[in-house]
Amino acid sequence: MTARNRSLKRLVETHGAVDAVGIEERVAKFTTRSIKKTAKLWGLNRAVTMIDLTTLEGKDTPGKIASLCQKAIAPFDLSTIPSVAAVCVYPAMVRHAKRHVEGTGIRVASVATAFPSGQTALKTRLEEVRTAVQDGADEIDMVINRGAFLSGDFASVQDEIAQVLAACGASTLKVILETSELETYDNIRAASFLAMQVLRPNDFIKTSTGKTSSNATLANNQVMLEAIRDFYLETGTPISMKPAGGIRTAKQALHFLVAVKETLGDEWLNNTRYRFGASSLLNDLLRQLEKERTGAYQAPYTFSEADGAY
Amino acid sequence: MTSRLPITKTPKCYVGGAFIRSESARTYAIREGEFVANIPQCTRKDVRNAVESAAKAGPGWQKRSGYNRGQILYRLGEMLEARKAELADAVSLGSNKTGNPTKEVEATLDRILYYAGWTDKYEQLLGSVNPVAAPFFNFTVTEPTGICCVIAPDDSPLLALLSLILPIITSGNVVVALASETRPYPAILLGEILATSDLPGGTVNLLTGFRKEILPTIATHEHIRGISAVANPDERKLLHTAAAESIKRVHTLPSESPHDWLTAQSLQAIANFIEFKTVWHPIGA
Amino acid sequence: MKTSATKPAASRPSRASRSRGPSARELIFGDLWEFDPAPETADPYIRSSYGLFINGKFSPARKGGSFPSISPGNEKKLTDLALADAADVDAAYSAASKAYEKVWSKLPGNERGKFLYRIARLLQDRAREFAVAESLDGGKPIKESRDFDVPTAAAHFFYHAGWADKLDHLAPGRQVAPYGVVGQVIPWNFPLLMLAWKIAPALAAGNCIVIKPAETTSITALKLCEVFQEAGLPPGVVNVVTGAGETGAAVMSHPLASKVAFTGSTEVGKAIMRSLAGTGKKMTMELGGKAANIVFEDAPLGQAVEGIINGIFFNQGHVCCAGSRLLVQESIADDMLTRLKLRMQSLRVGDPLDKNTDIGAINSKEQLTRISELVKSGVAEGAELYQTPCRLPSKGFYFPPSIFSKVTQSHRIAREEIFGPVLSILTFRTPEEAIEKANNTAYGLSAGVWTDKGSRILKMASQLKAGVVWANTYNKFDPASPFGGYKESGFGREGGRQGLLDYCKLL
Repeated sequence: MTARNRSLKRLVETHGAVDAVGIEERVAKFTTRSIKKTAKLWGLNRAVTMIDLTTLEGKDTPGKIASLCQKAIAPFDLSTIPSVAAVCVYPAMVRHAKRHVEGTGIRVASVATAFPSGQTALKTRLEEVRTAVQDGADEIDMVINRGAFLSGDFASVQDEIAQVLAACGASTLKVILETSELETYDNIRAASFLAMQVLRPNDFIKTSTGKTSSNATLANNQVMLEAIRDFYLETGTPISMKPAGGIRTAKQALHFLVAVKETLGDEWLNNTRYRFGASSLLNDLLRQLEKERTGAYQAPYTFSEADGAY
Repeated sequence: MTSRLPITKTPKCYVGGAFIRSESARTYAIREGEFVANIPQCTRKDVRNAVESAAKAGPGWQKRSGYNRGQILYRLGEMLEARKAELADAVSLGSNKTGNPTKEVEATLDRILYYAGWTDKYEQLLGSVNPVAAPFFNFTVTEPTGICCVIAPDDSPLLALLSLILPIITSGNVVVALASETRPYPAILLGEILATSDLPGGTVNLLTGFRKEILPTIATHEHIRGISAVANPDERKLLHTAAAESIKRVHTLPSESPHDWLTAQSLQAIANFIEFKTVWHPIGA
Repeated sequence: MKTSATKPAASRPSRASRSRGPSARELIFGDLWEFDPAPETADPYIRSSYGLFINGKFSPARKGGSFPSISPGNEKKLTDLALADAADVDAAYSAASKAYEKVWSKLPGNERGKFLYRIARLLQDRAREFAVAESLDGGKPIKESRDFDVPTAAAHFFYHAGWADKLDHLAPGRQVAPYGVVGQVIPWNFPLLMLAWKIAPALAAGNCIVIKPAETTSITALKLCEVFQEAGLPPGVVNVVTGAGETGAAVMSHPLASKVAFTGSTEVGKAIMRSLAGTGKKMTMELGGKAANIVFEDAPLGQAVEGIINGIFFNQGHVCCAGSRLLVQESIADDMLTRLKLRMQSLRVGDPLDKNTDIGAINSKEQLTRISELVKSGVAEGAELYQTPCRLPSKGFYFPPSIFSKVTQSHRIAREEIFGPVLSILTFRTPEEAIEKANNTAYGLSAGVWTDKGSRILKMASQLKAGVVWANTYNKFDPASPFGGYKESGFGREGGRQGLLDYCKLL
């Protein structure tokens, strides 16, 4: 093990372990918070503004991107409904997205670095980042090198993040840890610190690509929120958070927001500091907002881009 | 008043939480003087499929707390109690008017509660903390053996079947059971009752059919880790011989001598299908 | 610190907008996203008055005495309870004795078990109603009575139901038999759960019972008597007599009780033992505690903080096994204190019936006075007090969660059981010192150990003089897990095989 790896290993060990049973008990308490009336409306609206509306499919086309962007700008035919934070697309689609959302305040986030696996040469990954930025990406969602992490080569993990950061220029960087491949909460906490050490204020750490069977959970979200908190208290640098994949219902989104409220407090309850990587979540938030407004439960097909016909 | 034609039931086997016919589509008839019903004549492929269902259900059933398993077994009791009369009729089929069907069903209900009460307690009696002569914390825990097979006798077709199945699933094992060949109807109803009991699909799978067609497959299937059978001398020889090939845990009772099913319950019946795991850990600062 | 807000968020200035902005490393737990009140509205079906439950029926006290029961959350009267005198207690014991001779001792174990199963299931059916009644009567948050007290009480009945026909496994090589009639007195901190802890094993073992719930919290005990009726429990098997100290003394000293069980303060436990000396009565005592919660520097700190908070603030600290002394390794003491203070910012004190309340009401005015007095002594003796600012409801008995740092073994707040939401923080340097400090008390009920090192957990557990040791967790209970104390925290166990044995004679 190289000296640098040894010192990084000590770094992650200093930040300590995570007790799995303990953290799962803590997050269970978030799900028993009762959010009603004005608090519920506030939460639902806030969650809408935090969405990175996402499409990441091999079959994405400019037409699909156009639909996504229109949905992002105007989720529902009610002026009281806010817009989302960003659209999140593959690098080849960035310029199509940019065309549609330019001037609306909605940001264009691009996945890059051979998303989702990350398994190509570093120079290819960096070139992909630079091209996406040139095409107009305001934000880059990168994946860390899990192979390097799991074999103990923490230096490579951190250096690659730093290099991607440099290629981003002024664009915000989100670092995807891919929690399902890191598996343990200890690893997720360690990877969080490795990344945060080289990030700027308001760059992000992100749970997952959404492309594996297990994505954002309250527990892995909590591990990362606590890492962000501890890092902020130590260094003063505020890092932002994005859970992605697996958050489909408004109820879940509210639980995630309670977690933010009780772990990081008021300063993180906005879309500079917190995002949801989601697609079907938006319509469930709209359903709940409409229900609060009219008093009646809504059919899913009332909302555009709904994916069920029944 | 004109008499009304009832809707007769098509017996199916309860496998993987669903109700199936044999993959061979064959059936055999049971009669009580007159025709009663066609019973699925299961094949070795049905055994194979049932074992796969059991394998899928195994990890989940094992992971549940003893308390949860106890509640599910109690619910099985609630569901069975409600259908007591129907089950007594099913038990009397093929009995030649011997035995006491109602008593058999009541004994079955009490048997269910007996094992429901063991799920979160047997560990305290079968496991242990062991006082080794070195600074180690040494403890023995139990684990279920895995996929087990039950082969039921013809007498007490409900009570015997459940008396064999219950102690096995109490500890987290999953079961593929072969009902009595000549008196299979209680097993058909049992499947329906299991389906409404909160027992996860695949935990208990009930097959019907001809013993001589099915036994060899059960005896040799390597994923079946334990067998609890009431069998005749030839069958016992077959089971024990074939089991040697994969080191199955086999417990048999002779079908040629009478067995008092009314009192057949014990902690040992649970212990027959568990494994002991002993763990050492240093005690020190 | 949040209260169950009745003012809408808009009318209160956000903390972030006050005088100065946040310093570089401060987290703001303000009112950006205020929770609306979320009152639990299920009907607890509390009668306007209750009689004594003797021989399967509710009947008034013979002399007609009664006393009110109020809700500590808002001081409103909930019901009138009957005041049992010595003659009433005598009638209860006669009923229990007759029921034992004629009915209960003649039932086979599995039939006894079926009654316990029925009680468990019926309680589960009415879980919501019981949870609301429990929070109204005792002051604990509805979240706790709903998610912990009621389900755990049902679980105790379910667990013990399964033992009723397996008693021959309790003592290898020996036969067991019930005592006959047992007398029981329980406290006010977990009214329904303590009732389940006492009744379920006693019945499973074949005994009949006379039991007195605490005078400030008798409602769920009496509601459970309705469940006994619905379950068809034979009359006289369980008898509930309500009253205060005198009634309790009558229950403990009645000649028909072959065995008595008491849960309450060490002081009262000693008084009972004195009064029963020489009578030959079998006793079990579950008394007070002053548990040490020990945190080593290698502990998973985020979860240790949760464990400490849970250990002292769960049920407002009205817990005999509460982690009331934090022993933190000196190297991480400052960090721990910062983390604890941060975590306390999101604890909500207020109306027990609000679903978002984390810390409810103190059980009685007397208890509130006791807590305040001890907290004053802590300040007077020089310890450093921290309480997050919070608005407490104007009616009802409330106390803000409090932590004292710079506490030493000689402070009163380190030695006396406060039985409230007050944590005393001490430091240690080495494992041996932690053991020494942890054991330096007449109590010995429970302890906690937080470390990432397995061998250290086992070593600490083997040296701590406590009946329950929690490692990397705290306040965990299960019907299968024996609970009870060392030294002046009492003797005898509840739960598991060991607990059930305490209700049996060995033949």
